[in-house]
Amino acid sequence: MTRKLEPTPSQTVGPFFGYALPFPGGPDVAPAGHPDSITVHGYVYDGEGKPIPDAILDFWQAAPDGSRTGEPGTLRVDASSGELLGRDGVRFTGFGRVSTDGDGHWALHTLPPAADAPYIAVGVFARGLLHHLHTRVYLPETPDDVLLSGLAPERRATLRARKDERVGPAGAAYRFDIRIQGGASEETVFLDFA
Amino acid sequence: MVTQREIDEEIAKYAGQVTPGGHPDRHYPPYRSSILRSPRQPLTIVTEPDATELWGPVFGTGDVTELDADLTLRHSGEPIGERITVSGRVTDRLARPVRNQLVEIWQANGAGRYVHRREQHPAPLDPNFTGAGRALTNDDGEYLFTTIKPGPYPWGNHVNAWRPAHIHFSLFGTAFTQRLVTQMYFPADPLFAFDPIFQSVTEPAAQQRLIAAYDHERSVPNFSLGYRFDIVLDGPSATHFEEDHQ
Repeated sequence: MTRKLEPTPSQTVGPFFGYALPFPGGPDVAPAGHPDSITVHGYVYDGEGKPIPDAILDFWQAAPDGSRTGEPGTLRVDASSGELLGRDGVRFTGFGRVSTDGDGHWALHTLPPAADAPYIAVGVFARGLLHHLHTRVYLPETPDDVLLSGLAPERRATLRARKDERVGPAGAAYRFDIRIQGGASEETVFLDFA
Repeated sequence: MVTQREIDEEIAKYAGQVTPGGHPDRHYPPYRSSILRSPRQPLTIVTEPDATELWGPVFGTGDVTELDADLTLRHSGEPIGERITVSGRVTDRLARPVRNQLVEIWQANGAGRYVHRREQHPAPLDPNFTGAGRALTNDDGEYLFTTIKPGPYPWGNHVNAWRPAHIHFSLFGTAFTQRLVTQMYFPADPLFAFDPIFQSVTEPAAQQRLIAAYDHERSVPNFSLGYRFDIVLDGPSATHFEEDHQ
């Protein structure tokens, strides 16, 4: 790339994003009541295995038909009050945002990723994290794609959600933990887009 | 507790270090919270030409209105502080404008206090200021916010730790790979030297890219002082993938 400009450096999201970045319906990417909806949930952990209560995750995925171009309508502002309304419950915009709660837990409600883009892209932001991290959620039944097949088995496993039968109807919930720091079999695989 | 002098010595060890893009190393011990919140394993390089991350979320005029970019109009009265306008252009590294994309900001009030329960230092809250705003870039990649200048504030990294005044920025590019969260600082802040978050950007030239410029042309007579903060997003995108990888 013939780069003309040097990028603006990253800085941590800090601890005080809570009144600015979350929005109503941020976790509810799936259209309301959609029969194929799934829940993906888990914890974000630090290098001592402690849950991180001040992380915020951005999610981005292709539409069910494989389209990667997204749709507006994630935020929606009420014209009279200026308040954020969130989604209309109809459009699939491909974008979600969830902050971790006091226990470091998060939950996303979305549709299963499309067959030719078989993952949910995740951006991880937290106090203490100076530059956000990219990772991906793959559902357990998804065949290995280019990324997964290039990883050692113990690393690959960190990108696989596992079925969580305790939540919702059978087969509709998955657990995916994000470990920001740890050994090769613990730390989540994070991605760099060169 | 760790003293400022000890932190200064640690900062000096890393100062001048060259990093890719000038981004901070995620493991930067002078910023204590980074120690357990940074990966140890190498990142995995992705070069898939159809990676979903080469596209990204889109936003429209229903998501953001012009009023959302004025942080001084949210309440019944005027917030206290120095009224400023912060504007600039968002581009990628090839200087192409990032059009119709979401810019989110949040900041402390004029006294250095955030509207957040975890922030309890004895500076006043301002009933007329919340400190969060949103804008969409225009066709030239430009954005503009009206706000008040945030104050510096103390924090718990070490004894007598103070953050230089800053505005948090969150940006989307044409691709999810270009996502950026950063902080904009004000010119000639005396706290730069003491702040491990600012100093986590170790190259002096890269530090300059975090500092807005006072721009008299952008000051509005009898209304506000103007600052310019141009933002360059890193990372490849689908629309320019081949060009980016030449």
